[in-house]
Parts: sequence; C-alpha cells; structure tokens
Amino acid sequence: MRQHHDMGGEPAGRVEKTEHDYAPWEKRVDALLVLLSDRERSLIRTDELRKNIEAIGPDAYEKMSYYERWITSVTANLLQRGAITAEELSRKLADVERREKEGLL
Amino acid sequence: MSQARFQPGDRVKVRNAEVVGHMRTPRYIRGHEGEVERICGFFANPEELAYNRHGLPKRALYRVRFDQKKVWPDYQGPAGDTVDVEIYEHWLDKA
Amino acid sequence: MSTHHDHDHDHHDHKHPTQPDVDGPLTYHQRLEIAVRELLIEKGIVTADEVRRAIEAMDARTPAQGARIVAHAWADPAYKKKLLTEPREASLELGVDPGVTKLVVVENTDKVHNLVVCTLCSCYPRSILGLPPDWYKSRAYRSRAVREPRKVMSEFGLEIPDDIAVRVHDSTADMRYLVLPKRPKGTEGWSEEKLAAIVTRDTMIGIAEARIP
Repeated sequence: MRQHHDMGGEPAGRVEKTEHDYAPWEKRVDALLVLLSDRERSLIRTDELRKNIEAIGPDAYEKMSYYERWITSVTANLLQRGAITAEELSRKLADVERREKEGLL
Repeated sequence: MSQARFQPGDRVKVRNAEVVGHMRTPRYIRGHEGEVERICGFFANPEELAYNRHGLPKRALYRVRFDQKKVWPDYQGPAGDTVDVEIYEHWLDKA
Repeated sequence: MSTHHDHDHDHHDHKHPTQPDVDGPLTYHQRLEIAVRELLIEKGIVTADEVRRAIEAMDARTPAQGARIVAHAWADPAYKKKLLTEPREASLELGVDPGVTKLVVVENTDKVHNLVVCTLCSCYPRSILGLPPDWYKSRAYRSRAVREPRKVMSEFGLEIPDDIAVRVHDSTADMRYLVLPKRPKGTEGWSEEKLAAIVTRDTMIGIAEARIP
C-alpha cells in the first residue's frame, strides 16, 4: 500500500507558484527543531520528525500547513522520548488558552 | 561500517517490497532497474533511526540513475531523461 | 522574481520570542507551539535566548549565499571544479557553512539540465538557500516534478529543448542538491557581484535559468 506522503508520480494539479514570508511562530517551530535536534540535546532526529509526520492521517496531512505538521511531530516526539508528559502539556495548553482570553499573551 | 557491495556503473534493481513503518525508498522506484551513479557514503539506517535506535551498522547509500521512459511508461520527453534517487544498499539487488 | 527574504533583517531583532503573530485568535497549532516552547524553557531544555538566536541564524541564510557561490564558480574554473568535487570545502571557502548537510552540486550544461525535488517530504539545501518556498513543499510539485518535469518547468516558464537531457534529483535520503546554473552568454567580463545578482533561488533549484534582465 502506498503511504500518503509517498506521492512521487501521483496525479496532481498545476503547481501554484506560492510562497510567503514565514510568520514568527513558524520560525519558532523551526528554531525548536534545530535546537532539539542538535548534538547536545538530541531529542529528535530527522527520521523521527519524518516518521511522526507520516503518522498524521491523510486527511489531516492535507489540511495542515507545513509548520503545523512540524509542531505536531515535534510534540509527539517529546512525548515519545519522555521529555514532556501528556498531563504537563494539557495543563500548559489550558494555561495558554486562559492567558490568551485574558489578553496576557 | 563495511564495504560497499556495488560500484559506480553497476546495474542494480530496487527491491519491490511492502514495508510497514518509516523508510526512504519511494514507491514509484521499487522494482525498477538503474545504474549506480555514485556511492554517497555510509549512513545509519533511517528505518531504525526513526524509532530512536542507533541504526548501526551504517549502510552504504547510493545515488542510482534510472531512465525516465522505463520508470513511467507514459513519460513525455526524450530518451536521455533520467531520475536520480538515493537508495540504501539493503534495498538493492544485483540486476 | 520575488526571492528576497533579506528584508526580515531590519526588524526581527526587536521580536520577543513570545510575541503573538496576529491580533486575531491563535490557532490550535500556534497555541501548541507556545505551550511546548514554554515547557521546554521551564525544564531548562532550551532558553528563550537560544530560540531567538536560532531564528537569527536562520534569517541569515538566504539564496544570496548560494548566488555568491555560483558567481564565484562562474568566474573561477578552478573553484568550479572544487565546488563539483568537494562542495563542502568549496562552500566553507566562501564562508558558507553547510552544517550537517551533505551537499551535492549538479551542473547545468549544454547537454544536461538538473531539477531538484523531494517526493517524500521537503528536503532542501537549507544551509545554503534558507527555507524553501511553499510551492517546493506542495503536493503538486512533489508529485509531478519527478514524472513530468518538462511540463512542470514549462508551467514555470522554462522550456528545455529535447536535445538537452533533463535529470531530476529526488533527494530521498541524506544528500541535499544545489544546481549550478548555466552562465548566460553576454555576461563576459561581469564582476562577481553583478553575476550573483542574476542567480535567483529558482535557478539553484533548477526551475529557472539565469538570465540577463
């Protein structure tokens, strides 16, 4: 079975010549990956990043932007490696949401 | 690290295998024959690295050149057009 | 061609890592980035300063680096030879650090035109050219560049005659490819600076040719 990320030769439409200046949050995702994958930290490898992106379901893969896939994969890897726990993450996400509502971000 | 099994100019065939998990051999090239263009070096196996294992011993990685007209029966272009794909040794057989 | 990302240099220094991107509500993934980053900082795994510096380092990598390398290769045959055989050393010689990237430089000639794609993800010579454009990462480009490269190039306005072989490079594993475009006729005697100005990002991916404007 072909995995959905393995798309070489598949039918597709015209290539739209799109590009955009990366948003600060996208650059931060990139920076996190660079830092976490350096020799000193070694909390994610390129092939782990790829594996976790490939694990995103086909529908979500199509809908998500490039850096949305990356932060999803980085997060999954930190959980897999035990660097963060699901409970810590869910509490922190709730906290971020609260601060956003209160205008504190 | 061992010696490379193939040399530039050797004819090789990509294994037509089904795999579960992470790998770097695109599906479109499996089962096709090509020619080793160069030995890229020796690298830890990505199929193991993806699961946070060391992936040793390192594997030879080759750049293999394929004729487009053979890869895609409906290829639109002259006979000399090629596609180069990097393929790990354990995905290659002697053609 | 709008390939300049250099303008970020003017203002990125003032951005605090936690500054919100837009006035509207954050998306789920934007909140996730904040949450993960804050957790990593709290745990002492990264610092806010390291994040900021990593972004600065990334902003400093632009296609201008690659253009400088190409222009020097056009001007100096010995350097060109080195670039094709020892790309890492050649790149370092001009102060461009390929980092962990295993660089392969492929030369466009009167007989061969090279085009780079990554069908499995979006591998790109980031250390030389900076971050890839969106179209390079798109489903359409990743799917079609390998099967109908001539048609895709033609959609970008590049027609390759049939007596020139098209060589597609699918960067599936550990190599990253940089195209050394053909030096246009009529540029004899140009300074390297002037030459570099016509080496766009797209010429180094192989989707365009260097042209005199």
